Amino acid sequence: MLHVPVLRAGKAYRSLNTQTLHDIRSGEPLALVSQANSGLIARDLNQTAAYQQTLAAIPAQKLYDMSNQAADLFLEATLPVDPIDGVMQSREEFIRCQSGTTGLPANMCAANMEKVATALRMTKTIIDGLSQGANQDTLNRAYRREADALGAILPSNSPGVHALWVPTPAMRIPVMLRPGSQEPWTPMRIIQAMIAAGYPPAAFGFYPSDHAGANEILIRCDRALFFGDARTVDAWRGTGRIQIHGPGWSKMILGPDALENGEQHVDVLTQAIAANGGRSCVNTSAVWAPPGSRAIAEALAKKLAGIKATALDDPNAQLAGFTNRRLAHLLDERIEAQLAQGGAEDLTAKYRGGPRLVEIDNTLFLQPTLIWCDHDHPLASAEYLFPFAAFVEVEPDQMAEKLGPTLTLSLISEQESLINAMLDSPHIDRINIGALPTNTVRWDHPHEGNLFELLYKRRAVQFAAS
Amino acid sequence: MTSLETRIEQAKKQLDDQVREVVNWHFDPEKGTPFWLKYAASLDFDPRDRIRGYDDLKLLGTFEDAWLRKTPVREWIPQGFAGRPVSVFETGGSTGVPKSRINIEDYRTDYELFSSTLSDEAFPKGADWLMVGPSGPRRLRLAIEHLAQHRGGICFMVDLDPRWVNKLIKAGKHTEFTAYRDHVVEQALVRLKTHKTIECLFTTPKLLEAICEKIDLADVGIKGIFCGGTEMNAQFHRFAKEELVPTIEFVPTYGNTLMGLACHKPYQNDGDYTITYYPPLPRAVFELVDPDQPDRRVAYGETGRVRLTTLTKEFFVPRFLERDEGERAEPTEWYPWDGVSNLRLFTRFSESVVVGVY
Repeated sequence: MLHVPVLRAGKAYRSLNTQTLHDIRSGEPLALVSQANSGLIARDLNQTAAYQQTLAAIPAQKLYDMSNQAADLFLEATLPVDPIDGVMQSREEFIRCQSGTTGLPANMCAANMEKVATALRMTKTIIDGLSQGANQDTLNRAYRREADALGAILPSNSPGVHALWVPTPAMRIPVMLRPGSQEPWTPMRIIQAMIAAGYPPAAFGFYPSDHAGANEILIRCDRALFFGDARTVDAWRGTGRIQIHGPGWSKMILGPDALENGEQHVDVLTQAIAANGGRSCVNTSAVWAPPGSRAIAEALAKKLAGIKATALDDPNAQLAGFTNRRLAHLLDERIEAQLAQGGAEDLTAKYRGGPRLVEIDNTLFLQPTLIWCDHDHPLASAEYLFPFAAFVEVEPDQMAEKLGPTLTLSLISEQESLINAMLDSPHIDRINIGALPTNTVRWDHPHEGNLFELLYKRRAVQFAAS
Repeated sequence: MTSLETRIEQAKKQLDDQVREVVNWHFDPEKGTPFWLKYAASLDFDPRDRIRGYDDLKLLGTFEDAWLRKTPVREWIPQGFAGRPVSVFETGGSTGVPKSRINIEDYRTDYELFSSTLSDEAFPKGADWLMVGPSGPRRLRLAIEHLAQHRGGICFMVDLDPRWVNKLIKAGKHTEFTAYRDHVVEQALVRLKTHKTIECLFTTPKLLEAICEKIDLADVGIKGIFCGGTEMNAQFHRFAKEELVPTIEFVPTYGNTLMGLACHKPYQNDGDYTITYYPPLPRAVFELVDPDQPDRRVAYGETGRVRLTTLTKEFFVPRFLERDEGERAEPTEWYPWDGVSNLRLFTRFSESVVVGVY
């Protein structure tokens, strides 16, 4: 069976402790994944200063060129996946494995590959954007490097998030990655593409592991990205050295001026909620609109209900399957229980014409769900791993005040007072003004923090006059 | 030379003899244990008449976890040992209120038997020891010191409170966790650097990793490491042998407050790092059973839940379903009875229990 190894300074290492990944449809074992013990990770992370030196002298343009080449390799090349046995993985095989273990439809796997490749190709633009044009070849004249390596505790839900860390080696900082348990595929393929493009292998650590291993990375890397659910990431908030990527609670807001022809925004709202199977933190989990918006909500519900579960290999598939069958049942039961409390209505139910939870090709899916409820109802602030959103009526002058944490906000309004209220809100990470879905992301903009500013700190350097 | 089959049969007979002796003792109205005498009163037979060997222990049913958590501890002291100094040792408490076990001489006996399995080259007689690990209410507090003394050494101690570590981890207090670990390691380093007579170390896997980050244990004269106190897998065994302490004898061991001290099948330099433990028969015995049908013993190599029976005159625990699982291992030349490989937390408990943090 395919054996995905640990990578220690880019070198493959097979652990005696393995996890088996199965195809969620057939239950067929797809791969063994070596699990790094936390002591091994700690031992390697003591060497990160030496790893960093392998990147230190490479000119910025060469780094960008290598990232650009890595984009092509990542997309199309056959790359090592099990270097110890010399097993290579084609693009097609990569998609088959990724879809099989994560439940993402094959077409979304391909779309997420494009996102990652775009970020690799745009490395220079991204770094210029995040650093506001700082000269990367004389960086230490103006900036202090804050870490010898960036740790990253990565998720399994959506491979597109890997676009966030891929510029890091081009900032001359090695990456120490702990992949999501169901999704070792993307980080392994990115690493192999970057090494094939000329990056030094020592710039990459790949450590599938348990929570103890993840903690070791978070404790030992001076800077890290941490993707996880609210309960997991909360313990690491406020350290200043760990950038948290938790639930997005992203929102679409319609201003009073958007109601008149509100139904024209249904397509944008649908995309915001359902793109990428609703699995991203930038997917909308709440739509807010002024009182009198019921007709828009109904139109949106009807549109969402038209998105049906299909087999993962259907080229037009729009929903992702659940890797954890128990979780799918639990979420469905939780939503029903919260609806039963009163004060909320599943608007999609009547259009869907069947249950929310369905099984297709041995895979469980939760079908799109739009809830009509008050702002205070528990479902108004829920966020789930499928196209799920609450439609809430809120008075415009109370929107900013009631907002709460919001990764991405799209405001469809030209009303100055509302735009200014949102721009002044301390709760929003990314703001789109106009009819842009919340999943419209530019990687050269900060996303839950600025990666460059996480890794480098502005400082003063003075030379005495000669 | 006696064949393995013969030795297996001899071990079974020894076990049956031990069962009869221990049952006769604990159910004796004069010398027996208050808890077991009360239990016998609820039975319609006298265990001393009906239990003639190990297989007959099933007549007593399954030992319940709660008995060791709630029964007043003095009810476990056999009347025949009245007036003897008694220690009480507790389990980790990772599955709720800690279980308590009384001890008089058992821990000394267990560790003396274990001592006979240690090499004199790696654990020289007369050498001093450093114990860095869970002490407090745990058996290790006295047991490692006794092991050192039994081998003619003196034991230096650095204590660790694993319950505090568990609390820190559960609460996500990672900074405090790291500070506490560093505090423990610093104390160990001071002793290792100060007392040149220390040649043997007992510590836990996590602490061994942390100590090895700071110091090369061979450079400070350590020759043998006895490692235990929590679960350990083949990958850690290999990592220790290949990277942490490649020139030092590394003995992974499984101890258990209720059982005593198991022995590990020695590593054969064959790349097989599987850790297989054998209980100290006839004082204790493991069975690997089907979790859903505990009366079915699993086949060799098959995964099962550990069912422990402890058979000493101090302490009698028949057929206790442990919190651990593993693969049933075949008898060997060293240990002609069943063992367990890849011992780990019972899968159905693993979502709710914090272990292995020290």
